Amino acid sequence: MALKLADYKTTVHNDWCPGCGDFGIVNALQMALAEMGIERDKAAIFSGIGCSGKTSHFINTYGIHTLHGRVLTFAQGGKLANPELTVVAVGGDGDGLGIGAGHFVAAGRRNIDMTYIIFDNGVYGLTKGQASPTLKLGEKTKSLPSPNTNYNVNPIGLAVASGFTFVARAYSYDVRHLKDLIVKAVKHKGLSFLDVLQPCPTYNDINTRDWYAGADLAKEAADRHSRIYKLEDTHFDPVVHYADQSEVDEKLAQALIKSLEWGNKIPTGIFYKNDLISPFTERLTDKIPNYLENPPAKQNISKNGKPTTVVSQLLDSLQV
Amino acid sequence: MDSVDFTWLIGGPQGSGVESGANVFSKVCAELGYQVFGKREFHSNIKGEHSYFTVRISDKPIHSNLNDVTLMISFDAETIFRHYSEVNSGGAIIYDSDLQNITTESVHTLDNFFKKRLHDELESKNKPFTIEGVLELAKEKGIRLYPVSFKSILASLAEETENPRLKGLVRMYNVIGVSLSLGLIRMPPDSLLKSIDSIFSKKPQIAEINKQAANYSYNFATSKFTDFDLTLPGIEKQPNTILVQGHQGTSIGKIVSGCRFQSYYPITPASDESVFLESNEILEVQDDRPGSTAVIQTEDEISAIGMMIGSSLTGTRSSTSTSGPGFALMTEAIGWAGMNEVPIVLTLYQRSGPSTGLPTRHGQDDLTFAVAGSFGDFPKIVYASGDIEESFYDTGRCFNYADVYQVPVIHMMDKFLSSSVVTCKRFDPEKITINRGKLLDKVEGEYKRFAFSEDGISPRSRLGLDNGVFWNTGDESDEYGHITEDPQMRIKMMDKRMSRLDLIQKQIPESDQVVSYGIHDYTIISWGSTKGPILDALDMLKQDGIEIGFVQIKLIHPFPSKIVKPLIKNTKVIIDIESNHSGQLGKIFKQNVTREIDYFILKYTGRGMTSTEIYESLKKIIDNKANRREVLEHGA
Repeated sequence: MALKLADYKTTVHNDWCPGCGDFGIVNALQMALAEMGIERDKAAIFSGIGCSGKTSHFINTYGIHTLHGRVLTFAQGGKLANPELTVVAVGGDGDGLGIGAGHFVAAGRRNIDMTYIIFDNGVYGLTKGQASPTLKLGEKTKSLPSPNTNYNVNPIGLAVASGFTFVARAYSYDVRHLKDLIVKAVKHKGLSFLDVLQPCPTYNDINTRDWYAGADLAKEAADRHSRIYKLEDTHFDPVVHYADQSEVDEKLAQALIKSLEWGNKIPTGIFYKNDLISPFTERLTDKIPNYLENPPAKQNISKNGKPTTVVSQLLDSLQV
Repeated sequence: MDSVDFTWLIGGPQGSGVESGANVFSKVCAELGYQVFGKREFHSNIKGEHSYFTVRISDKPIHSNLNDVTLMISFDAETIFRHYSEVNSGGAIIYDSDLQNITTESVHTLDNFFKKRLHDELESKNKPFTIEGVLELAKEKGIRLYPVSFKSILASLAEETENPRLKGLVRMYNVIGVSLSLGLIRMPPDSLLKSIDSIFSKKPQIAEINKQAANYSYNFATSKFTDFDLTLPGIEKQPNTILVQGHQGTSIGKIVSGCRFQSYYPITPASDESVFLESNEILEVQDDRPGSTAVIQTEDEISAIGMMIGSSLTGTRSSTSTSGPGFALMTEAIGWAGMNEVPIVLTLYQRSGPSTGLPTRHGQDDLTFAVAGSFGDFPKIVYASGDIEESFYDTGRCFNYADVYQVPVIHMMDKFLSSSVVTCKRFDPEKITINRGKLLDKVEGEYKRFAFSEDGISPRSRLGLDNGVFWNTGDESDEYGHITEDPQMRIKMMDKRMSRLDLIQKQIPESDQVVSYGIHDYTIISWGSTKGPILDALDMLKQDGIEIGFVQIKLIHPFPSKIVKPLIKNTKVIIDIESNHSGQLGKIFKQNVTREIDYFILKYTGRGMTSTEIYESLKKIIDNKANRREVLEHGA
């Protein structure tokens, strides 16, 4: 029986604020799962802590709501033990780029075949609006006692520098585009990163829906244009086409430069995509040839309550 | 025939082959039928600082070191300065005669604290602050001295084999030292040569050179050292004996128990286990294709435990191994695993804290922390192994406990165990059982991961299982695993989880919770690696006609009060023995058994206890001459 969008929704009450950008992300994620027809019991959504952490409860697949900053660690463990799973990790920008930044970098280096979506809104919403890692230096959102004293993290730049092999940005109010990017991210063989700009209507009074729509850019409605534009509508080619270091360097540099564009024009779409780097699971098969056919989760370890692993050779080597 | 009890000590700068020399010596002794107890001490340093290895051998089972050394072999001055006083009268020192005139001041790695103590001693005996000075003291004590110029050995060897390159090969000093030792005590060299072959199996030329050096030195010793009256030609071998390194109990235990995922972050003294698992990652499986262990080195211990939990959620037996500082970082996630009823096994190789403490030294400092180990109330198991052999079987138990009770299990090990090399009975994998508890292979109908059940344990699905979709959250949850803050549901869920503590105490066989080695008027309680030196000390006391009881507590949490209370009811004096400052088991004991500890024997120098010092303290207690806290100090 073909799965419908409704099959990916749970009946759990969603308590996000009205107008929250998170709704667009959870919808897009459900749409993407439905479009790809991934069985509910073959997908696992791992989430961090904060408003975005609740995402896993709204999606009717395996859902693991983990610890603040640690979502990538749980997700990678699950994927490594059972590589058949489609694994998507989600969390806020504070979760992934503040407390979890070390894991973000380390995950990039591994390039495990899964997807990480950051709900990027510049504030810690659930703790009442403190500045989060992507808020710009000197900005003062409404619940900050004084302007932000920290420079912001560049999520796209950090991802390409860390080794993520698919790096993209989306806007949570453009659900269809976001859904398309999620599908591409999931299908990518390697670690995909999706930075989703997501207005927090309650605490971020700077990067609001109107701000992204460019409402402040011109006096006349007719002259207004959205700040958001799509890289695929330009001549930007994010793909590393051949295994040559200069090609890779060029695409990385181009992604980094593009990631610095902010203000009146904000790019979305794919910044960088490299299919030529081996996913971690493949690297494991270099050492363990049958890892993918017989991964940890599928192995038989006992028969009638007795171990089936043979260690006689090991013990022989210790015998005197 | 007198029984054999011989202790050999080799020392030298780290990186000079002390450990491999000692491993070869241990192997030779074990192959000659002797029981072996070896222990390594080392600095937090890669090259240059002093490290040493003591190997005690006997013709009867032994479980510890003694204070005294019978034979010391040293190719550097520091070893002589630091250890000459441990050699007993009638013992021997083989040393490099080229070191004779070295002064304490010229040995940069001798720290000022030690130097002051040594100078005071030498000054009081009117000796110069040189190797010659300390060796005079040794001689006066009745120790035989065997000076050998290591340089000339190499030179003669170079000449004899017409290989001038050998002259400068100081890397072979360890082989020369081992061979001289074997020659002195007339141990047949066959297995030494065999060991060299196996160590250098991929470098036959180097093996050949080493064997030449070994033969030459061995013959040198047998022809020149003729007045040492102790000979150890070998005894009848005990069948089914293995010579095992400290971490191999838990690592082979993990392989047999079906642990197929281990994530870890490097830390002394825990990482050896993970490296061993990775070195043996491909596994032979009965009537099946090869299996494997995925060993993942992570960016920190937080990631190590996160990955382990993620893996365990797929139904894979999963583990990590760490020490105190790493364990501290893991505690938040241990609570998550407790909340979500995820079976995990965390092997905790303790070292000396607090903070970085004595990072390469021994300690049993983390017991109360392991028991507390994360905020909030949730069930967990803290289980302690007393020796390497036990740790193999206990690893199997820990995985079963984790699966059956769906709780985190913390398996307490320590540096004393991890850096020991011992002979013991070959591990018997047949004795390990695998019980996955309520882990599901298939799901029919509606599934609730945290469904209420009579025994408080719910059938467990796993990520990827058909129709087994569930949710987890660190928040309080309902039966599906969705967040709830309902006060009534909170009570039910807390009660469900916590009820396991009773179940654990009821279902685990008593002999796996507490081991009694006899109960007497004076009875020891202890846990973990002190078991070995305690058993040996009790043997020594028996020879004096003194019987002391000993209760080894293996299940520390939940504490088996119902077993311990009646067991020690008639004991008049309770003695707590542990390698920490505050008597951590004693505190837990007092809280649960509501009885005071009468005496503590404690050690927190970072060096393991010897049976000699436990024996001496117990005698003081019996003679009513002991302080309530006896603090042990032996060891360089």
